Amino acid sequence: MDTDATSRRLRWARRVVSHAKTATIVLLVIVLVALLAPVIAPYDPIAQPDIIGLKNMAPSLSHLFGTDSYSRDVLSRCMYGARISLSVAALATVIAVTLGTLYGAIAGFAGGAVDAVMMRIVDAALAIPRVLLLIAILALWNGLPLWLLVVVLGCTGWFGLSRMVRGQVLSLRELDFILAARAAGATSPRILLRHILPNVVPTIIVAATLGIGHVIILEAGLSYLGLGVQPPTASWGSIIQDGADQIGSAWWISLFPGLLIVTTAIACNALGDAFRAALDPRAGSVSMAELDS
Amino acid sequence: MSSTILSVRDLRTYFHDSNGVARAVDGVSFDVAAGETLAIVGESGSGKSVTALSILRLIRHPGKVEAESRILFDGRDLLTQTETEMRGIRGNRIAMIFQEPMSALNPVLTVGDQIAEVVRVHTDATRHDAWERAIEMLALTGIPSARERASEYPHQLSGGMRQRVMIAMALALHPDVLIADEPTTALDVTIQAQILELLKRLQQEMGMAVLLITHDLGVVAEVADRVVVMYGGEVVETASVTELFAQPGHPYTEGLMSAMPRLDQMAERLVTIPGVVPASTEWPRGCRFRERCSYAWDLCEIEHPPLYSIGAEHESRCHLALEPLRRADQHVPIAAIVGART
Repeated sequence: MDTDATSRRLRWARRVVSHAKTATIVLLVIVLVALLAPVIAPYDPIAQPDIIGLKNMAPSLSHLFGTDSYSRDVLSRCMYGARISLSVAALATVIAVTLGTLYGAIAGFAGGAVDAVMMRIVDAALAIPRVLLLIAILALWNGLPLWLLVVVLGCTGWFGLSRMVRGQVLSLRELDFILAARAAGATSPRILLRHILPNVVPTIIVAATLGIGHVIILEAGLSYLGLGVQPPTASWGSIIQDGADQIGSAWWISLFPGLLIVTTAIACNALGDAFRAALDPRAGSVSMAELDS
Repeated sequence: MSSTILSVRDLRTYFHDSNGVARAVDGVSFDVAAGETLAIVGESGSGKSVTALSILRLIRHPGKVEAESRILFDGRDLLTQTETEMRGIRGNRIAMIFQEPMSALNPVLTVGDQIAEVVRVHTDATRHDAWERAIEMLALTGIPSARERASEYPHQLSGGMRQRVMIAMALALHPDVLIADEPTTALDVTIQAQILELLKRLQQEMGMAVLLITHDLGVVAEVADRVVVMYGGEVVETASVTELFAQPGHPYTEGLMSAMPRLDQMAERLVTIPGVVPASTEWPRGCRFRERCSYAWDLCEIEHPPLYSIGAEHESRCHLALEPLRRADQHVPIAAIVGART
């Protein structure tokens, strides 16, 4: 490889790594704040101390993010909202990754007609926009319990991943070590679980990291539409919705949770990209020594 | 000779696809006696690897072992066993090692885990016992500080080490037959010799039969007791190793031997056999080697040669057995071949 391409690759790798470091710190801070919300939040997130006197207060030292139209402290609501937004996203992603991995692995491993039928179903599901699908499902309930929201978000998020896993399993199962495992007398489930799936883990990690950012945005969008997290529970999306009517006069109610959503989603994507760069052999590996030089 | 442990009878493995039927293995028969080393020799496309995979029933769609074939192992026909019964045999009573130890080992599992897995699949051994057995096997195959090595991943080991790991895995349960498919082809020459030496030693210690698949006559001369030469999906010659090198019966075997570079003869160019193995979808009429053979005459086109007996336990699929004088007419330096490896 010529030196020009090498240095370009190195620069690119350094940038990905430095982005990933920032992203990790940002995410750690957000997660920590979410975990410690009951301890560090300055106010009760759903208390309405003075609905007339403290209504729509602009950011100040006593209310850093201001207050909303019910006189609630927006900073406290954002802290508690992080708990909901992050846990909904994380749990939904766990469900999606589990379903996608199993479905894709089974389709790829079985091959033939089973694979064809399973993948046509995924094609059909992918043809429907996810937001539209979610709106259609969620509209069936009036006031959806939170756990059901998680399940629905998880169950609609695995189609893309299942395609990727299926493709990898399809190529992995042709490799010599799978033949060797067969020649050693291993059963098909054993080969799938012990020999094939561990080799798919990099793909799963990348998909999960990128998926979390995506679900945070989705949940915010749905809550904004009134289909997601129900009041008075705060999630970042529902806080934005609380402030949507007064965006002209009390911009702070929607702006701060909006910034948090954008920051978290970008951090998740940066981390996902870094994982992809680190785990994808085609990207060409760069040693730690090279990075430090 | 001791008792036969594995007997392949009229093995036909065909691959059916839209282009027709590829007859990769077409009526192969041979016996492996307990404790002996039988080498199957042939170039790429001769059907030797497919034969090996057929024995373990690891041929995948669209390949198929045809109905009239028989593979008798320890009195049972492997082709009529259920899949569960076959799994009990694979890795346990008949084990296999592969050409490329890097790709035949799982990159994300430690080598110890991979050896222990074979033990756990076939026995009731506890996790701990299986792990100890893995370390024991690694030590047996000559890997220094086996206990530490067991926790390493395949990419941390050298090629020779990896092949030792493969051997440890294959022999962990003392199989009756070891199928070694080009076990040394991917290795450096010095490592090759070590691995062959190791196989030989372990074979003697464990008393297993080895079915060695190779294209390298040097390897054959070193370790085999008997040799089966394959060409065009058929056995073209069977003989003991000394007999084969002293008196190759089939022109193809002769060609293979003269194609080997020799230290004791100066040669400007290496000798090659002209042409390539014909496509297995359409073997030529008559003798399958005819088009590349310098002795071929009209009989070779008319009649597909049977296996002629040309000596004690020596068979050759060549009409020259009927007219040996034809060989003398040719200016092939048989004298140079005779004794090449003695």
